[in-house]
Amino acid sequence: MINSHDILETINMIDNENLDVRTITMGISLLDCVDSDQKTACDKVYDKICRYASNLVRTGEDISKDYGIPIINKRISVTPISMIAAACPSKSPAHFAQALDRAAKEVGVNFIGGYSALVHKGFGPGDYALIESIPEVLSTTSFVCSSVNVGTTKAGINMDAVGKMGRVIRECAEKTADRDCIGAAKLVVFCNAPEDNPFMAGAFHGPGEPDCVINVGVSGPGVVRAALAKAEDCDITGIADLIKKTAFKITRMGQLVAQEASRRLFVPFGIVDLSLAPTPAVGDSVAYILEEMGLEACGAHGTTAALALLNDAVKKGGIMASSHVGGLSGAFIPVTEDAGMIEAARRGSLTLNKLEAMTAVCSVGLDMIAIPGDTPAEVISGIIADEAAIGMVNSKTTAVRLIPAIGKQVGEELNFGGLLGGGPVMEVNRYSPQRFIQRGGRIPAPLQSLKN
Amino acid sequence: MRAVITVLGKDMVGILARVSTICAENQVNVIEVTQSVLQDMFAMIMMVDISKSTIPFSDLADRLTELGTSMNLTIHTMHEDIFNSMHRI
Repeated sequence: MINSHDILETINMIDNENLDVRTITMGISLLDCVDSDQKTACDKVYDKICRYASNLVRTGEDISKDYGIPIINKRISVTPISMIAAACPSKSPAHFAQALDRAAKEVGVNFIGGYSALVHKGFGPGDYALIESIPEVLSTTSFVCSSVNVGTTKAGINMDAVGKMGRVIRECAEKTADRDCIGAAKLVVFCNAPEDNPFMAGAFHGPGEPDCVINVGVSGPGVVRAALAKAEDCDITGIADLIKKTAFKITRMGQLVAQEASRRLFVPFGIVDLSLAPTPAVGDSVAYILEEMGLEACGAHGTTAALALLNDAVKKGGIMASSHVGGLSGAFIPVTEDAGMIEAARRGSLTLNKLEAMTAVCSVGLDMIAIPGDTPAEVISGIIADEAAIGMVNSKTTAVRLIPAIGKQVGEELNFGGLLGGGPVMEVNRYSPQRFIQRGGRIPAPLQSLKN
Repeated sequence: MRAVITVLGKDMVGILARVSTICAENQVNVIEVTQSVLQDMFAMIMMVDISKSTIPFSDLADRLTELGTSMNLTIHTMHEDIFNSMHRI
């Protein structure tokens, strides 16, 4: 018989500590849907997604019931649409977004990611038109998420794209100003974007992926925090050990769900993303873990070190629990989606500068941060450039998902509701990087030796 | 296939009887039971064999959850694999 302590521990994690599987994401390749006639291509895209993902939501719900684990989201990622849209250059790629939106609605998923372009070394056919269309797409669709990769460690940073994305982010917010600028919350600008990320808004199905694949993202900040709360007096080594053990258990659950979903859907298992993904629910916060370690408030000096420890321990614990690990893997720090981060931002202990430092040691980057509505596009581009540089030099993924709160100033709040949460508008450095951004060109790829 | 039924809540007459009745009605065989009462808190863990169950697993889980709600108890019905994978290497 299984140890009764273990059984009760699992049930307590689910009932009281917000343990869940955050997402089952089906990656679908659309490369075989390319057609020079756009209508035909859109029909192929819609049909393929509906065919492959028809049972995704029901299977997720069945697994959730059989194992008693909440599975919060079922989602789809597709091949970057710029690659598909490139074959029909005379038409707007926005039509593909409409096809994705209809397909997502038909199969019942809550997001579909992949309205994306990879432009780290330059714009290919289809890329430019796709990026131009992002504001329109995100303001007229409900389920489509978009991402643009502007840099990699091997290619450097495409500063023309960085300049462009500052303007695109502003336009996304302006076009959805009546809905708390939600358009910008569905757009991620990446450096070193992973091809198998199951998390939105940055999920897309990379060109190196198989035809169809199941990726799973786990969660569990509440569980880690509760474990730390029980171990009051241990030193930092003890903290790291405890996080590793907890991450192992969380990830085993994700691995089980991933394998089961793969078996039931007859789709190969891709990866488990070892992530601590917070939600606005009280108790499900990464900031609270940092505070549980001994910081008075998230954002205090010591936060970066605490986060580095957390991120590393989550990976070390999780990696043995899963046969294939990938995606973003690490602790997420999306401000508006994390009750503790929201509080920290409101009380002023957490600033944009500290968040930037934190992104150097954790997965993702400046995520879900509301900035003043009058922030100029070039300042946003400057923030993107800084963040991409951190990713490029440290060979890690970084991303920017900023929401210019149109018509609002520091101290006022945005409220998206649901998983996206809400939070205060944060202060941004006002000095202009305009000349630097306007120069365009590329930041050369960094040296990979002589590291200091 | 085996499942684990856990019952948590305030102790009262007939908890074990009513849970096992639902099992028996649906050809679910009880393999092992451990229970403890600490002060007036009741905790029972029941390992059951559901391979001959006459109803789908999700229906069994729903019925037990309903029973739990009516008796003010928390009842979970979960496939045993979840515990094996989380707690055994």
